[in-house]
Amino acid sequence: MINGLPPAFIFLAGTVLVPLLKGRLQSAYLLTLPVVAGLDILLLPEGSSSATMFLDYTLIFCRVDRLSLAFGYVFVLITFIGMVYALHLKDNLQHMAALSYAGGALGVTFAGDLFTLYFFWEVMALASVVLILARRTHDARLAAYRYFMWHFFGGICLLAGIIMYTITRGTTAFDVIGLSDPASALIFIGFCLNAAVFPLHAWLPDAYPRATVTGAVFMSALTTKSAVYILARTFPGNDILLWAGAFMTCFPIFYAVIANDMRRVLAYSLINQVGFMLCGIGIGSPLAINGVVAHAFCHIIYKALLFMSTGAVLHMTGKIRATDLGGLYKTMPYTALCCIVGAASISAFPLFSGFVSKSLTVAAVAEAHQVVVWLMLLFASAGVFHHAGIKVPFFVFFGHDSGIRSKEPPLNMRIAMGMAAFICIFLGIYPAPLYAILPFPVQFSPYTPFHVLGMLQLLMFGALAFTMLVLSGYYPPELRAVNLDTDWFLRLPGRAFISFCHRPLQAARSSIEGWVRVIITGFKKLPALSVTVEKSLDWFFHTLLVALPDGILRVIRPLKTERDELAWSVMYILLPFIALIFAILFTFP
Amino acid sequence: MLPKKELTFLDSAKNRLRVRRYFYISLVILLVLDLFIPKHGHFAWENAPSFYAVYGFIACVSLIFVAKILRLLVKRKEDYYD
Repeated sequence: MINGLPPAFIFLAGTVLVPLLKGRLQSAYLLTLPVVAGLDILLLPEGSSSATMFLDYTLIFCRVDRLSLAFGYVFVLITFIGMVYALHLKDNLQHMAALSYAGGALGVTFAGDLFTLYFFWEVMALASVVLILARRTHDARLAAYRYFMWHFFGGICLLAGIIMYTITRGTTAFDVIGLSDPASALIFIGFCLNAAVFPLHAWLPDAYPRATVTGAVFMSALTTKSAVYILARTFPGNDILLWAGAFMTCFPIFYAVIANDMRRVLAYSLINQVGFMLCGIGIGSPLAINGVVAHAFCHIIYKALLFMSTGAVLHMTGKIRATDLGGLYKTMPYTALCCIVGAASISAFPLFSGFVSKSLTVAAVAEAHQVVVWLMLLFASAGVFHHAGIKVPFFVFFGHDSGIRSKEPPLNMRIAMGMAAFICIFLGIYPAPLYAILPFPVQFSPYTPFHVLGMLQLLMFGALAFTMLVLSGYYPPELRAVNLDTDWFLRLPGRAFISFCHRPLQAARSSIEGWVRVIITGFKKLPALSVTVEKSLDWFFHTLLVALPDGILRVIRPLKTERDELAWSVMYILLPFIALIFAILFTFP
Repeated sequence: MLPKKELTFLDSAKNRLRVRRYFYISLVILLVLDLFIPKHGHFAWENAPSFYAVYGFIACVSLIFVAKILRLLVKRKEDYYD
């Protein structure tokens, strides 16, 4: 096979058949697609292939090297596990969204040029919005709208940056870009938004807890990690990423401690884990890049496992807040066990997968003599154990007895959790297969007595702090509350902006209508003329003047939510963006 | 697969105390082991006795107190955005 079949196409084309199939046949089909895509990736020839000409540009769908392969493997693996987890669903929309989402992620991973990258980037954004909308609650619809706006902004930055970059550098190559001019800065902002870099992170803890039970599993795996892959390729050794990453490992843990929604705790710890990866990219040495890939691989599995076990609780009990849960181990011991395996892995306990991957990054930071970053990562390691490692299992499955006696989740969910838990433990005990797929040769052994003991001390004495604080009552109590994040700056002024736009328009309209009425009264003496004039005025104001906004409205009506202004606000936000694109296009060349 | 009866192991105070006791014993073992293993820390302070234990404990305590302060700043009513 000279020209490989892009694995993204398997998913995107495969999506079409989903609604035509039913029952067991559909289940089998949903599981076959990731398997076929996985086999396809194994057969892909190294190097760039599957290129097509589009206008004057070459689109490369299959750029295969060790970096893209490693991410390709784990994306397919988690899609398979996620599909098993979602099999009980009778919701074609979600299945199709999840498959296209995975297709988008694989497309980004194997893209060889910036335009292909951008296309699949937007496929991911659209498909993931559906996974929030599919929750079908008022809250989720509003969250989906905000999520879409964030990613729309990121996508516009990326597109503007790519166009400028192509013009100035004369290449569309998706390779090391380096931060040097406005074009690369815009691309950087677009990527960083998807990697949830502060202060562009607020969409993540906002949207993930509101996504569907199964959708959150895919979302936790694909969006941020494909951004990590892209940043590792385009901006390695970037100092901004090093410090942004270090900051990202630390600030979310404070939020995670006071968050009440368990999936929000996990969302904040997801940002913390991506912080580790960005630190590795910021260092950029072979050891660090190995650490990034290894950590992304393990992280995808254990984070999905955590989202699956908390999702199972949400699925069975309908509750996800710490204030509503507790004592569930009594009737859900299997789910509790899976959650603990995920918690131990994310905390990097020896013999669990996080340990063998996080060590690489931390060692690379030490090797680069970044003392402050190293201390921050160590603080974050203790902190992540504190909230994701202890808080999540403790408040859901132990803690005070909530009186809830729920059954274990359906078989397919248990199998999916079991598979993820197995991988976490297997890679923790035997990391050789993971190290074998890393981009650079690995000479690293995580299991030295000093390292194991150091990590155990760090974690266990962190646990001691937790025990003492809980027993003494100093631990911050679980409260039902909203904790403000950087999205406050958009949400409230954004609302003010929209009503600001509304008010003068409304005022202008009513004053015009008042004048029209005055004129019409004058015409009353000439009935025939007045009818004609009234009709034409009516046509002028209500048909001609509103033709453009009305046309746009008609197109975006299907986005209708319970809030009527939605269509209007989409329009207000769309128009400046379109103006921005044109401004860039006209002024730049 | 599904348990017919509930697990009630942690309901009794005696068992909870027992779990905590094993936990404290493991902490002591970690501190004792620290004296005997060869150390090859990258930074000098890593080789100080029980550096990681002290750092982990301090990190988690300060984490909680900073989080409490953060809560004072950012906590709002649940319907704040509605």
